[in-house]
Amino acid sequence: MRVGRDVLLAIIVAVMTAGIGFITPSFVTPANLAGLFNDTSILIMVALGQTMVVLTKCIDLSVGANIAFTGVIVALINAAHPEVPIPLLMLVAAAVGLGLGAFNGTMVWLVGIPPIVVTLGTLSIYRGLAFLASGGTSIVGRQMSPAFIAVPRAEFLDLPAMSWIAIVVVIVVAFVMWRTRIGRAFYATGGNPIAAVYTGINVGRTQFIAFCISGTIAGFCGYLWASRYTIAYVDIATGFELEVVAACVIGGVSIAGGIGTVPGAVLGALFLGVVKNALPVMHISPFWQLAISGAAILGAVIINAGRERRRTGRLILKEAVAS
Amino acid sequence: MNQQALAPHVIPDRVVGRFDWWKRWELLLFAVAVAIFIFNSMASPYFLNPYNLSDATFNFTEKATIALAMALLIICAEIDLSVASIIALSSTAMGAAATAGFGPPVLVIVGLAVGVAAGAFNGFIVTRFAIPSIVVTIGTMSLFRGIAFVVLGDHVYRTYPEGFNFFGQGYVWWVFSFEFVLFLVLAVVFGVVLHLTSFGRRIYAIGNNPIAAQFSGVRVNRIRFSLFMLTGLMSGVAAVLLTSRISSTRPTIAMGWELEVITMVVLGGVNILGGSGTIPGVVIAGFVMGLVTFGFGLLNVPGIVQSIFIGSLLIGVIALPIVAGKIADRWRTR
Repeated sequence: MRVGRDVLLAIIVAVMTAGIGFITPSFVTPANLAGLFNDTSILIMVALGQTMVVLTKCIDLSVGANIAFTGVIVALINAAHPEVPIPLLMLVAAAVGLGLGAFNGTMVWLVGIPPIVVTLGTLSIYRGLAFLASGGTSIVGRQMSPAFIAVPRAEFLDLPAMSWIAIVVVIVVAFVMWRTRIGRAFYATGGNPIAAVYTGINVGRTQFIAFCISGTIAGFCGYLWASRYTIAYVDIATGFELEVVAACVIGGVSIAGGIGTVPGAVLGALFLGVVKNALPVMHISPFWQLAISGAAILGAVIINAGRERRRTGRLILKEAVAS
Repeated sequence: MNQQALAPHVIPDRVVGRFDWWKRWELLLFAVAVAIFIFNSMASPYFLNPYNLSDATFNFTEKATIALAMALLIICAEIDLSVASIIALSSTAMGAAATAGFGPPVLVIVGLAVGVAAGAFNGFIVTRFAIPSIVVTIGTMSLFRGIAFVVLGDHVYRTYPEGFNFFGQGYVWWVFSFEFVLFLVLAVVFGVVLHLTSFGRRIYAIGNNPIAAQFSGVRVNRIRFSLFMLTGLMSGVAAVLLTSRISSTRPTIAMGWELEVITMVVLGGVNILGGSGTIPGVVIAGFVMGLVTFGFGLLNVPGIVQSIFIGSLLIGVIALPIVAGKIADRWRTR
């Protein structure tokens, strides 16, 4: 059933892309599709981090603010010291993001504040810190070193480095979720926290780790964001957290925890990416984008709710047969 | 979260005695409000002026009006993230009606009706398909504002009829604006409904244990549905006030308000997981946020820095009693 849902979503995205390509052939050229994937890369990566958090019954609303803060920090470092190598800057971005995620996680794990409250608070705090760090100014392209801008654009096998990074992140996250103890712990924690405790899983620590990973990915994407749009200021990625949650929800990740897959989240992000990129090509006013993604979220959750309800009924029968 | 899941379920609003922490909560919050008030009046000579203070109320009355209904919804263990988008939709409808030449009474009816309809839509999807309200309202948040964008694009509705500006700019008596008086009246009404009627008790019952409430004869889904409609209505009221105050409608109107409204409710001591919270707490939280915004504004502190303070306040005010309790526990067991 779980595979079925992802396949269904893949078919929807494929049919949508093909349909748009039928009307506007230029949309389905390999170059345009590669560009679409590259445009959606950041959304895909952050949505995967969010998937882990949501799987453990939590939510991270601070990812947009995290991107803004780390983006501003690395851009400032780069503007002041262009000699700092880019890999080190990437490491700094990931470390800063990890710190912000760890703060969220600590508040949830050790203090026991509901995640939505914590990240609602840190959403304001991190963006405020981005303002304090930048002093309200923007760091624009000409202040950045050429390497800072060039690295995510460096092409390898006709795909920009940014896309390759996204592909690597998808593979690593998929491996973690399917083949490692912590990955399975995410599912166990969200599926039934009480059972997870009796299984020997430290539920709070698992949630903490999910927040750390989500924060790290968001922080790393802070660098990518600043580099891709060649600007870093306090308002970048405003409202991005809701786009990320939307990608997860369309991808079939249950907000109640315990249900969701890596391909699902990736497809959910790609769905939003296709919609965003198709509107200008089809000469539809870009103002339609928000309404369409809203309708898509509602459609996806209503379909998923129906499927989940049916699935529970069948699962009991299957287990009875198996035993 | 796991601690709450494993702990025996207490009904915080019924606990009486020394560890009656929710009562201390409002006291704590009130102390914070007084401290901010004293700090502000010492920091700026312009603060203690009835006209300036009256202006300050405009900063929060519209959000606090929605927060009253949102408090009921969150106590009922639901949430509505689409309130700001309902404002956008409702304001757009009023703008269209005003452009078509209708007068203030029709505009108000249109604004409120769109709010109720949007709230009913949320409530219908949540109750009919049994989907978590946070997901549904993330969807409708995009949908409602999306419709406003589709209708308006990059246009602005600017023409509103004579007399419509009373709701957002008029004064009832001396420095008391219509908005502020309306908010106080609504606060009393909501307080009475939540704390003194059986309807209010049922909201707590659902928030604490919806299944037990169902078996006790509470029509759970009907109450949920009506609370979503009520939140829609209050968003409609806020839309009327805001549109009248700024006399213009853009699709980006009230952007991001949903988070401020929820912050206000949580700061007011309402448990985000449902089941406890009070209207006086929410009202005090509204004043706290209004005073912070206004006082910092007088000191030329940028809005974004104020949000650091609000964010820290939100986490700090919740973390403080928990951390203090943990330290006290450790100290006692020694």
